[in-house]
Amino acid sequence: MLRALGLKSVDDLFADVPASVRAALDLAPGMSELEAVTRITEILAANRSMDDMPMFLGGGVYDHFVPASVRAITSRSEFYTSYTPYQPELSQGILQTLWEYQSLICELTGMDAANTSLYDASTALGEAALMSRRIHGGDVFLIPRAIRWNRRSVLQNYLLGGGLRVRDVDYDRGTGMLDLAKLKEALTPDVCGVYVESPNFFGRLEENVEEVRAMAQEAVLVVGINPIAQAVLKPPGDFGADIVIGEGQALGNPPNFGGPLLGVFACRQEHVRKMPGRVIGLTRDVKGHRAFCMTLQTREQHIRREKAMSNICTNESLLAVAAAAYMAVLGSNGLRSVAADNIRRARDLAAAIDRIDGYVAPLFKGAHFNEFTVRAKKGYERVRKGLLEHGVHGGIALKRYLPELEDVALFTTTERHRPEHYQRLLTALEDLA
Amino acid sequence: MFRQAYYDEPLLFEKRSQDDIDVDLTDLVPAKLRRGRLGIPNLPEHDVVRHYTRLSQMNFGIDSGFYPLGSCTMKFNPKYAEELAALPTVARLHPDQDESTVQGALRLLHELQGALGTISGMDAVTLQPAAGAQGELTGLLLAAAYHRDRGETRTQVILPDTAHGTNFASAGMLGFEIVEIPSKDGRVDLRALENAVGPKSLAFMLTNPNTLGIFEERVLEIADVVHDAGALLYYDGANLNAILGKTSPGAMRFDIVHFNLHKTFTTPHGGGGPGAGPVGVRRPLEPYLPYPFVAYEGRRYHFDYDRPKSIGKVRAWYGNFALLVRAYAYILRQGADGLTASAERAVLNANYTMARLKGVLDVPFGGLRKHEFVASGASLVPKGVRTVDVAKRLMDFGVHPPTVYFPHLVEEALMVEPTETETRETLDAFADVLARIVKEDPQTLRDAPHHTAVARVDEVRAARDAILSWRTAKGRKPESL
Repeated sequence: MLRALGLKSVDDLFADVPASVRAALDLAPGMSELEAVTRITEILAANRSMDDMPMFLGGGVYDHFVPASVRAITSRSEFYTSYTPYQPELSQGILQTLWEYQSLICELTGMDAANTSLYDASTALGEAALMSRRIHGGDVFLIPRAIRWNRRSVLQNYLLGGGLRVRDVDYDRGTGMLDLAKLKEALTPDVCGVYVESPNFFGRLEENVEEVRAMAQEAVLVVGINPIAQAVLKPPGDFGADIVIGEGQALGNPPNFGGPLLGVFACRQEHVRKMPGRVIGLTRDVKGHRAFCMTLQTREQHIRREKAMSNICTNESLLAVAAAAYMAVLGSNGLRSVAADNIRRARDLAAAIDRIDGYVAPLFKGAHFNEFTVRAKKGYERVRKGLLEHGVHGGIALKRYLPELEDVALFTTTERHRPEHYQRLLTALEDLA
Repeated sequence: MFRQAYYDEPLLFEKRSQDDIDVDLTDLVPAKLRRGRLGIPNLPEHDVVRHYTRLSQMNFGIDSGFYPLGSCTMKFNPKYAEELAALPTVARLHPDQDESTVQGALRLLHELQGALGTISGMDAVTLQPAAGAQGELTGLLLAAAYHRDRGETRTQVILPDTAHGTNFASAGMLGFEIVEIPSKDGRVDLRALENAVGPKSLAFMLTNPNTLGIFEERVLEIADVVHDAGALLYYDGANLNAILGKTSPGAMRFDIVHFNLHKTFTTPHGGGGPGAGPVGVRRPLEPYLPYPFVAYEGRRYHFDYDRPKSIGKVRAWYGNFALLVRAYAYILRQGADGLTASAERAVLNANYTMARLKGVLDVPFGGLRKHEFVASGASLVPKGVRTVDVAKRLMDFGVHPPTVYFPHLVEEALMVEPTETETRETLDAFADVLARIVKEDPQTLRDAPHHTAVARVDEVRAARDAILSWRTAKGRKPESL
């Protein structure tokens, strides 16, 4: 091949790279596949996964059971080794799959349109705030004070350029829901959007979304969801939401140490041209057959450049494929039964913990999804460490987010927990009380 | 000749659903929040698997055939990486686990930070950004924080006209002013750059080799111009595959680098994602990196949050971990020799393919290319054929079309990146097909593709009436379905 180019050596191919910038790689030499796989497997063996110990962690990432069919579907290499479907004629498979994903998300949320994914819920929140301003024009975005801190930090970085400010709305100390009186105070005319989560950071179902809508009539209403909970909850569209976002990982994707995740993003039809991210549309081919293609691309970076709705290009499409496959395998019946089962488990577990002297659970009374707050009267850090020694991973400590919740943790359960996991947790909690 | 499968596969929603089973929610969900029914069909599992198997057969991946999509580095995705990423010690880790239970994950992240630092010649690396574009956003946030800390307000980002669209969008998203400079002979015009830089310049973003596949030989002079103005030099890592083991962004005096692990380090692209877009920086920028940073104390690895100057977070948690595992496995497997050889072969394949196309399509700007080249279909326009027609016709031969109509400075552009994992036979076959296509009857090309699942798709119709969901579709007249 070099000869065909009239070159003598490989070095001639790099004649345009000046000596002044030359640099060789200071890495170890390569190894066989067997060696590389062994090495990585050995490094990872120092981890303790949920296979090794029961964990009661959630807070945005959840360990739900994923039927084997879901991975079989995402392992089709026609899907996972393909690029973004810029050429629709060759890519109908993933285009229809992603259009169906959009449709399934719309069924869950009551929205008319969804994109094919953003990176995760935190960047979806950042994008939702920017979109709220595009729709409304105001420069203040309201968020609950009780929010996962990584969502807050990401939001602030996304808003840096636009001069959009974030204002907190506190929670009601009794119910754990948004404090409506505080919301009223915060709702000045320059508020472009209001963000509410249900279930919220405490796992508590937010019962006042309708009231929030009524109070914030001018602003864009952004609702954060848990997609599994949504199977039994009224869609935010029914409460007048403009934009719905959420962490979609729970739908058929493993926790993966927090990445990749699936940013769910949906909106009402009137807003689609202001929506960020890639979307798939329904159309026809020249022969009149049904076909799908990427559409509304004039919103996107490769066409619109600095005027684009977002800079996102590569997204989390394969996780959207998994989410669609998961919803298709479970169907309405399966999804609703998982959701109801999770609610029941969390309720029963909270009650069992609450019965142990030295703990209050849940701290906030009322309806929860699959996580809830636990107060350890003698301090949570000691309990958390003690649980680890008992081979159980306790919930997330909340004092880092909300100083007034110093002894409080967020415990999560899903259908993957077995009776002996609960027993081990309860016994350990009793020991540590 | 290639023939793609075609099934008249109905939507999930059009399949016959089994009956809903009533779930009693009375004690579980307050009445005002309770959902009546959920409009997702109940289908037998076998039918669902068959549905997606059929759809996958109407899709084209790297495993299906040649995929010379310029700037995207569509090379073989090794299967061992898939197996590793599926291990429970990767998949079933929660990001909030106590550090003592995830020492393996932290060690892997730490080692990968080091390997990427070595490869790029940078002093510190964050693995947090989820994709290349998010890496750009992160890099610009770092540049802004760096200048701000020095009491300087710099608001202009300078970009060559060959830059990726995401460069513009990332700068625009952060509210920066964009100064675009024209190229000269397919390279940065130093004079134009000198005129563009000044006290308001935040950074100059450059891809090297650039999107024409041309190596910017005067990169050190570029670096001087940028640094003399007090601005930072940003390396868009989309084309890093071309220079592994030959030079590095550090050796070229870049200050900030983003990597596309789904390109250079061959994590699969998943039909659009996930990717991973780590960012490397020089020492003076390290304090601003997103937290947490993975540190090692001689006995244990830990997440370092004690970084007062950090810009905070750009996404939840630590990055696309399952992709980082794949990329690190690939780096170990290849090693210094394997990575260098991959760059050599990628460059050889690109130049060979370009040479094979002599007399078939024009390739503006002479000289060597690195990993890709941009041909022009302009000579076909007089006979009524456009680049899009050539692209569509390539599909009939089982080839995924190259990137088209980018970069904008080449008329009717076809951007070809063969990558190192293609054989000479594949490249010859591609060249032969193109040679045949350009001589074909123009109507055959305009009607192409002929052998894909569907014929040419009406993209205008899709945009005019945006039907983005089944909910919306149901409300339309039956003929729109």
